Amino acid sequence: MFTDLITLRETEPEDIRLLLDTAQSFKEILDRSVKKVPTLRGRQVVTLFYEASTRTRVSFENAAKIMSADTTSVAAATSSVQKGESLLDTVRNLRAMRIDCLVMRHPQSGSAHLVAQALDIPVVNAGDGMHEHPTQALLDMLTIRQHKGKLEALTVAIVGDIMHSRVARSNLWGLTKMGAKVRFVGPATLLPRDVQRLPVEVYTDLRRGLEGADVVMALRLQQERMERGLLPSLREYSQRWGINARALEVTKPDCIVMHPGPMNRGVEIADDVADGGRSVILEQVTNGVAVRMAVLYHLLGGEAAA
Amino acid sequence: MPTEVKVMDAHEMRRALTRIAHEILERNKGAEDLVLVGILRRGAPLAHRLSRLIEQIEGTAVPVGELDITLYRDDYRTHAVSDIGATNIPVDITDKKVVLVDEVIYTGRTVRAAITALMDLGRPACVQLAVLIDRGHRELPIRPDYVGKNLPTARQEFVEVKLQELHGEDSVCIRKPDEER
Repeated sequence: MFTDLITLRETEPEDIRLLLDTAQSFKEILDRSVKKVPTLRGRQVVTLFYEASTRTRVSFENAAKIMSADTTSVAAATSSVQKGESLLDTVRNLRAMRIDCLVMRHPQSGSAHLVAQALDIPVVNAGDGMHEHPTQALLDMLTIRQHKGKLEALTVAIVGDIMHSRVARSNLWGLTKMGAKVRFVGPATLLPRDVQRLPVEVYTDLRRGLEGADVVMALRLQQERMERGLLPSLREYSQRWGINARALEVTKPDCIVMHPGPMNRGVEIADDVADGGRSVILEQVTNGVAVRMAVLYHLLGGEAAA
Repeated sequence: MPTEVKVMDAHEMRRALTRIAHEILERNKGAEDLVLVGILRRGAPLAHRLSRLIEQIEGTAVPVGELDITLYRDDYRTHAVSDIGATNIPVDITDKKVVLVDEVIYTGRTVRAAITALMDLGRPACVQLAVLIDRGHRELPIRPDYVGKNLPTARQEFVEVKLQELHGEDSVCIRKPDEER
């Protein structure tokens, strides 16, 4: 059993299945009028975010609170990081306050791994640079499984800014392990440089990339991470790569559309698709809470964490 | 070799459950406002059977719920359980007479957790407890209202209840520990 959740690349398929099954069981709690179970009473979970986030941070905090853990949220912008404190010193100080679990997001790829090695408590990667975002991929997989009943043999087309997307990488590792086929679809300038070595089909033509897909996952165009010159213009990107009703004509008839958010409406996804009948985008958000409950439950349980 | 003694077969189990069904109706003066809630996993099939028996006797269908108590256990720090079932109670239990159903009562900690879990779901008029086997060794002040069979055991013995729905047969066995150990 795992002791941290840093990357799905290193997570065993049976652990992924366990987390998805547990999250599915926990979902019922979200529909209760009293959304509270006593499992993690007395445990302290800290969310340390060096990047802006709404849904991931709130989702982790709500998950912890539903399980009766206490949460503290640290935003790097208002913390001693501004005084020049290093990442490792910051997390060691938090640990010295006897916290039980650290959830962290950091712009540097590999930072979560570094912190996990330095701390003797469970560390959850809530996004590290362009590397991975494992809980997002788990909630995506849970959403797909709820709609399709399985993950095996499905074709999942991930469309857009693959290069900068930790969501695409985590989904690639997770979905492939669970037997799905993954396609990366996007302009050549936004594909990862090592894409030939990854277990993925690559398409630079949107229509061909979406043909016969069971799932289409649009990614946010991460303009804050882009150097200049990767795209001619947003208008052209939207015309060639945007997910709209016409683009979906070549997919399977029961194809679902996903987006990890936040969305640039009218750029990578059209309004009528984002709000349309195939969209499962808000279900993804709900499933995010259940998945994070499952992650905290398994990481904080048992003697290993005591 | 550990020894195994069969203490209940399918016929005896059916008789015990039929008697419990009668007792539930007797005590509650009928089936009105009753809800049977089985504790996962072995309590759930028993709750469904009791509901069918009550319907046969009284002609009234009693709703059945299933309760997973994993998140309410007090031993989470030493035993995080992987096999988590989903709670599913089809009716609002507020102001209902809830009968919790489990296969064995031992320390009472499972029942304690189940009562807490129920209270998070609503405010029942009362909670009663039906068990197939009472094997003693309580650690909390909890006593079942309906007992299929009192079974004095040693702490190191293990009571195994097999149910048709889960294991393909109905039986209760006591397994004594290996004497060499």
